[in-house]
Amino acid sequence: MDIKACLLTTAWLLPLVGFAVEVFGGYWSHHAPGGRFKSRLAAYLSVGCIGGGFLLSLTALLIGLSDFELSLWGTPEHGTEHAAAQFAVADTPHAAGSESHGDTDAKYVSGSLYELARFGNLRIAIDYYIDSLTLVMFTMVTLIATCIHVFAIGYMDDERTEDHVDHEVHTADGSHLHRPGRYYRFFAYLSLFCFSMLGLVLAGNIFMVFIFWELVGICSYLLIGFYVERHSASTAANKAFIVNRVGDFGFIIGLMILITSFGTFNFSSYNDHANSPESPGLFQMARDSHGQVHVAETNDSQRVINFAQPNGSHTSIPYWLLVTAGLGIFAGCVGKSAQFPLQTWLPDAMEGPTPVSALVHSATMVAAGVYLAGRFFPVFLPEVLLTIAYTGAITLFVAATIAVVATDIKRVLAYSTISQLGYMMLAIGLGGWIAGLFHLITHAFFKSLMFLASGSVIVGCHHEQEMPRMGGLRKKMPVTAYTMLVGVIAICGLAIPLHWVTGFSGGWDIAFSGYHSKDAIVATALTYANLNPIHSLLFLAPLITAGITAFYMFRLWFYTFAGKPRDQELYDHCHESPRVMTIPLVILAFFAMFCAIGGEGGPLFNLLGASETHVTDVAGSGIDLPTHSDIAQFHGQAGMLALLVAGLGALLAYLMYCRRQPDPALIKRQFAATHEFLVEKWRFDELYDVMFVRPVHVVASWFSGFDRRVLDGILHWIARTGVTVSAWDRKFDEGVIDRSIDWVAEKTQDVGRSLQAVQTGRLRQYVMFIALGVVTLFVLIFALFPLFLKA
Amino acid sequence: MEVTLNHYLLIGAVMFVSGVVCMATKRNGIAVLMGVELVLNGANVNFVAFARYTNLGLDGQIVSLFVIVLAAAEAAVALAIALNFYNNHQTIDIDQGDRLHG
Repeated sequence: MDIKACLLTTAWLLPLVGFAVEVFGGYWSHHAPGGRFKSRLAAYLSVGCIGGGFLLSLTALLIGLSDFELSLWGTPEHGTEHAAAQFAVADTPHAAGSESHGDTDAKYVSGSLYELARFGNLRIAIDYYIDSLTLVMFTMVTLIATCIHVFAIGYMDDERTEDHVDHEVHTADGSHLHRPGRYYRFFAYLSLFCFSMLGLVLAGNIFMVFIFWELVGICSYLLIGFYVERHSASTAANKAFIVNRVGDFGFIIGLMILITSFGTFNFSSYNDHANSPESPGLFQMARDSHGQVHVAETNDSQRVINFAQPNGSHTSIPYWLLVTAGLGIFAGCVGKSAQFPLQTWLPDAMEGPTPVSALVHSATMVAAGVYLAGRFFPVFLPEVLLTIAYTGAITLFVAATIAVVATDIKRVLAYSTISQLGYMMLAIGLGGWIAGLFHLITHAFFKSLMFLASGSVIVGCHHEQEMPRMGGLRKKMPVTAYTMLVGVIAICGLAIPLHWVTGFSGGWDIAFSGYHSKDAIVATALTYANLNPIHSLLFLAPLITAGITAFYMFRLWFYTFAGKPRDQELYDHCHESPRVMTIPLVILAFFAMFCAIGGEGGPLFNLLGASETHVTDVAGSGIDLPTHSDIAQFHGQAGMLALLVAGLGALLAYLMYCRRQPDPALIKRQFAATHEFLVEKWRFDELYDVMFVRPVHVVASWFSGFDRRVLDGILHWIARTGVTVSAWDRKFDEGVIDRSIDWVAEKTQDVGRSLQAVQTGRLRQYVMFIALGVVTLFVLIFALFPLFLKA
Repeated sequence: MEVTLNHYLLIGAVMFVSGVVCMATKRNGIAVLMGVELVLNGANVNFVAFARYTNLGLDGQIVSLFVIVLAAAEAAVALAIALNFYNNHQTIDIDQGDRLHG
């Protein structure tokens, strides 16, 4: 087995070990006599597991660098020959063993860990598929998760008691709820979540993806509803789970289409087993080694897609069916990544503890949808990609506008997450595969940073989340404030573009990670809009939203950290968080600054680029996907526009929230209707309430009426008839059958009693009876027998 | 006068009836036993007579031998009962042994 696979599998299973130990051992260790309830053991175990996972992932990444022969610096030649090499394995039947794959061109390692079941051709197994994207995702997820675990040691500290008081829950007698702390449970959930997320990233077939997809969902459910006694938390957990089900419905449909059409769940053929047969996976079947989809027309003018079967024969599936499969898979991504129209669950999910929001609902889990969309990129047809692009564009704009008016610090970040996920989806839909996943990684760093910083603020302000009550906090909590500022600048994409100043094209810009990734997306969008002018909206939306993003992020920062304290009492009791919470902030801030160093000539971009599938346009789709050389032409222009818009947004925020010129309160009054519309989140919840919830209630009440009146009526009638019949039956039993049997018994007893008199006990009398009996028998026989004979 | 089967049957019948009458009338347990012996031997006379005057071979004699053996065994058991009866009731009047009446 490949060494990278070994390392990643271990990294993947470590959190499961942590979870198992905490679940089976944690309860007793915490409830043991002698005050061991206060132990931090669970936290240390979780941190150890995920930290170990990080080290293993990092090792695997470094090994992968040499194995895949990746160059980290410089702009690689993105051409057909580069991408074609990636899937050459499917065409050339070479017996690549695990040792020799380093010599081949394959940029991935795929194999099977364990076969669960086999039903005919359908094979259900735990597979792995490792390319540079997997390696980067593993390192990113484990690094962020480690930081967040460490942060959670401090954040969840008040749960480490036998008598935790939940100030948000009131019992019937008006006092606050007292309950035992759930320190170990929190860390057990976090570990389970990490296991699920890593399994999702490692997965080598779509079925396994689905399993871990659902596991991630259930972890999310458990963690959102961590404060289960709060009504809002349990409702939010239900909402997240149910909304995700809507998307998963599509996912399952897509899954079924793929298995029936292609006959395999695997992403790609195995190349990590010495004797494994070369059976191509989904990616190799959907597109050939040149990234082309073979569209043909059948005799009845139906468009079909031809592909090669494992046995060498060619089969085809209808074009629309593959489009449906792609849309189905994307529906799953929409649910998980909170895209329009299923975005409503994510802001509510902020009911969970802040480390959960940071880990699950900003950096990793919601990124799973984007990750899967990226993974399935080769299978998506142009129509699907266009849908993805428009979904992303709508999402990023809608969410950004809502974030402008949100006042809860975590909700601003939640909407910004949705908006940024929209950017990623948009990029993938536009064919900017690397740009989308690039943004996924950079966003994970700065968004987890900002969430943790907001968590630090929330702890510092004693669980106050409303920004209008804060202000001026940078003097009280400098580390939090300035690390947060790093995140804000990163997400806005502000930078000092040195190469414009110097005119030197190879020069670096002084910029944080978000600048590079957002730049890449905007450039892709601009190129796309130029190639397909009809879809210009797909460029305008991200450009304008870049400005809105800068505005609301700086609004958040100025509201919270700058200016004068608005609530003096809150300000006085506010304090900087302990070191266990600030150190993760500093680490994440470092990565938010430098993880994308070098931009599109830097290591991260090149690493991701190595996994890119080359995709050519599909004839007849009417859509030109931009190539790398196209994008390079528009890059400078797009970057300038994006930076300009972002700068304007930031400036506006500074004017409004620091200089009060124009006064935000005045603007709020003037645009009262718009403001209300945005505060009510574009009325999506109300719309869904009217569209789905109420009709369901109405239909449900009809069915309940039908149940009560008709079905219950019938059942009651049957029951009553049964009772009546039984009553008759009883009478018959008692009156006829019982009495006849009783009569026979009584008569038998009477006869017995009357015969009792004969038994006198006198021997001589018995002898007389015998004698008389004999004589009688004698007479009977001799007198009557002849009569019978005659008759 | 030639002795024929009927004479034997007559004697057997007289013995049988005498035995039955003895059992039915005597209150003394020993006398009752004697009646039983009379009945059995009346039957024996019939068996032997039938065996002698018909062509049944020795069957009758064999059966009567069995009856004699049986009678001896029965007498032994019955006398033991009689002794116990006497020990318990200080009499052998069988009318006293009516505890089993219904």
